[in-house]
Amino acid sequence: MSPTIAADLALAMPELIVFGTAILILMVDLWLPPQRRGWLIGIGLAGVAWAGWSAAIGPEGVGFSGMYVRDALTRAGQMLSLAVVGLGFLIAPEYLRRARLERGEYYVLVLTAGGGAMLMGASRDLLMLFLSLETLSIPLYVLAATSRTNVRSQEAGMKYFLLGAFASAFFLYGVALLYGATGTTRLAELGEALGRAPAATSAAAGVGLLTIGLGFKAALVPFHTWAPDVYEGAPLPAATFMAVIAKVGAFLALLRVFPMSLGALGAHWMVALGILAAVTMIVANLAALAQTSYKRLLAYSSIAHAGYLLVGVAVGTPAAVSAVLTYLVVYAAMTTGAFAVAIAVEREGHEADKIDDYAGLYRRAPLLAVATALFMLSLAGLPPLAGFFAKLGVFEAAVEGGGRIGLALTLIGVLSSVISVYYYLRVAYVMFTGESSPDVRINRSPLVNAALVITAAAVVQMGIAPTTVNLIAQRVTALLR
Amino acid sequence: MLSTLIFLPLAGAALLAVIPRDREPLIRWIGLLVSLLTLLLGARLFHLFDASSGGMQFSEQRPWVPSLGIGYHVGIDGISLLLVGLTAVIFPIALLGSWGSITERVKAFTMAMLGLETAVLGTFVSLDLILFYVFWESVLIPMAFLIGVWGSANRRYAAIKFFLYTMAASVVMLVAILALHVTAIGRLGERTFDLMRLTEMSLPASLQGPLFAAFALAFAVKVPIWPLHTWLPDAHTEAPTAGSVILASVLLKMGTYGFVRFGPALFPQALAASAPLIATLAIIGILYGAAVSWAQTDLKRLVAFSSVSHLGFVMLGIAALNVQGLQGALIQMINHGISTGALFLIVGVLYDRTHSRAIGDYGGVAALMPRFAAVFTIVAVSSAALPGTNGFVGEFLILLGAFRASSWWAALAVGGVVLSVVYLLWAYQRVMHGPPTAKHPERLVDLTRREMLVFVPLIAMIFAIGLYPRALLDKSEATVKAVLTRVEQAVARR
Repeated sequence: MSPTIAADLALAMPELIVFGTAILILMVDLWLPPQRRGWLIGIGLAGVAWAGWSAAIGPEGVGFSGMYVRDALTRAGQMLSLAVVGLGFLIAPEYLRRARLERGEYYVLVLTAGGGAMLMGASRDLLMLFLSLETLSIPLYVLAATSRTNVRSQEAGMKYFLLGAFASAFFLYGVALLYGATGTTRLAELGEALGRAPAATSAAAGVGLLTIGLGFKAALVPFHTWAPDVYEGAPLPAATFMAVIAKVGAFLALLRVFPMSLGALGAHWMVALGILAAVTMIVANLAALAQTSYKRLLAYSSIAHAGYLLVGVAVGTPAAVSAVLTYLVVYAAMTTGAFAVAIAVEREGHEADKIDDYAGLYRRAPLLAVATALFMLSLAGLPPLAGFFAKLGVFEAAVEGGGRIGLALTLIGVLSSVISVYYYLRVAYVMFTGESSPDVRINRSPLVNAALVITAAAVVQMGIAPTTVNLIAQRVTALLR
Repeated sequence: MLSTLIFLPLAGAALLAVIPRDREPLIRWIGLLVSLLTLLLGARLFHLFDASSGGMQFSEQRPWVPSLGIGYHVGIDGISLLLVGLTAVIFPIALLGSWGSITERVKAFTMAMLGLETAVLGTFVSLDLILFYVFWESVLIPMAFLIGVWGSANRRYAAIKFFLYTMAASVVMLVAILALHVTAIGRLGERTFDLMRLTEMSLPASLQGPLFAAFALAFAVKVPIWPLHTWLPDAHTEAPTAGSVILASVLLKMGTYGFVRFGPALFPQALAASAPLIATLAIIGILYGAAVSWAQTDLKRLVAFSSVSHLGFVMLGIAALNVQGLQGALIQMINHGISTGALFLIVGVLYDRTHSRAIGDYGGVAALMPRFAAVFTIVAVSSAALPGTNGFVGEFLILLGAFRASSWWAALAVGGVVLSVVYLLWAYQRVMHGPPTAKHPERLVDLTRREMLVFVPLIAMIFAIGLYPRALLDKSEATVKAVLTRVEQAVARR
């Protein structure tokens, strides 16, 4: 092995461990008797832990002929993705057993998608970004359709796949146009080339198509229509995982493309992204008001959060980038937690999908109800929980670095979060009042409980002492200076 | 010591979390004891407070989110001190008062009350704008649940209206806080949300206007200043008795406190310039609130609307921007907390017995409940500001201050004093005198010993403040003078 290849592989160690674990699980699953399936999650968690260790201590640098970069953003993205994968493992086995879906493939797909998200944050080249995007997306399409006997799940998978493929085509076309305009697909060179020459129409169109492709993954309005249907149809653990990991991957990519590569052209894309963010925040929060399904409510909630996150991307200052990363961590914790609650509750052997199914939960499972209330209040951005400080960071950066547009986005952001309080609180309210239905059963699984405890603790801890995550996120800002 | 005071109730709530919920008496006693312990600490603070200084005392400061310049900074001056004292006094009374009326979900109720006490105390002592905002918004969550879970028929609507109304105004203040912070980066060269630091930065008048407007909106909804008061009657009427007491006694003061704390410190010129507008709205509120109270047939709604009128007096005192007006406003904040809190408890006593709030359902109660009649008389007289009671001191000082600012303000506001006598005494007459018309006279038993225990401290304070107001006025005088000097200097500079 030549020294270059060895160095490259050492650089990409966390991803290699993740994909290696995926292959290992695939093979072990072949020989494992069905009653020993629990081992798979052990192997998976061990792999995630090892990859996390390697992400924390490994070297930094550029590798694979300049396609792959390992810097503070990569590291932050890797650790976050790995945490999401780990939570994705914890919430799954009990549900899969209940729904008779227990197969090793779930873990393999989760690991592969997680690896894709990690690579998106490490991409230094548009082609690399495209490949990572597909590595992230294709397992998610399959995950959405895992429940093979359920028509809704099949529909979700199909819908996600068709629209996702369409979005990928947009992305690829954007790459082609940009290559035509500048002669490169390297992000850094692209930024320089576009900075030198006044923006040609084809280059502008290229950036626009790129944004559409990524906007689809992040579920920004108006590219969001798939999200509620897919979340509703997909099995709960899959929906949970994709709601978080797709957002993580898409926003790592958006950060790589906009503030970190096209920073010099900020004036050109800031307004466009700002409008997207404003429309996303308003439409998603209004649409969420009318939902009666818990999963659809969370789907619109995740769209709305994509809007808040995009405010940070649009502003694009170092402080904003750091705020977006912090927000992603908080989002991952509170969204996973909110979905995990639904995994713990079932109605007549099916998912408890109506908000009314949670009526009176406080009487039957007080801790679960309190945890849900924490997630809802944090999602609504109420102090003193993590969601408040996440929003505060983004909006502070917007007011500071975004000029009038930033101020306008902040106003739209805070006022639309007032709307969101209505639907989040409704969930909490129903749980504390109302009469519980005898059809609703509460499943107590130690692993799901562990996920709930971890996410609830994170939501509280990052609210009371919002510094630790900030510190990690802040290292990224050095990249922009 | 200040932090201990703030977080003691929260620690009590955490302790309750591990107690099984069917141990109701134990939970009630722990809740009461924790709030009494907080009162004890508050009393010690009051005693140790150095009245000769107009600055912050008992300050505690440490970084919280250094990357954004957010700090944990608390401290009290003469203004905070009185409101902290009021909060510490009212919570045990409200908790004790709820023993008869809250019988469901006692554990959650007590935890919500204690959490609320921490949030309110924190609001009154925060000297960092983000810390202030965190406490300010944290108040909404337990309060909305108090209304929404333990309230009466229309509770859900009232809780949501209360929450959305106040939050919509608060987030605008948050944006103004951020704008202030960003201005400070340019002017002071540091990231800070610290009130003391931001005070040193004199904002240009062009910025003061819009930023003060954003702050004032949040405070005005909370007070509430006419015409932003429409959430109040619903929230007060639907809330359980303890919730109404806390809402009226303490939560409304957060709004008036906000004006006094942040107006002179950050926006002195804007405050002085908008004083006539504030006074006008306050006078409308005084007269409108009183007139609408007069027309109510629901006793609880009557008390709710009387708050609009009384808080109008407080705002008028603030708008006068002189020592008498501001001192009067402070005293009146305390008075309103005591008297209106007591009025809601009185309505609660009747409601617990007959489950009716309609004035028309009562009559001749005085004959059946003599002790209750005595209590009601004293409280009504105090609320109507008769000499010898606390209400007189407050309204007299406010009118004096208003007169010095503009004789018209005082002349118009006096109408409110007259009207308050009319609606209170008329309501008293219809409920307490005349032939007994209650459907179930046997239910109208006189005050129990526990209920007497609730009212005795309130009545003691009504007379104590009425006869010896200096105990409070002396504590706040230095602070009030310092605050007003700041406004005068800023106006003179321009």
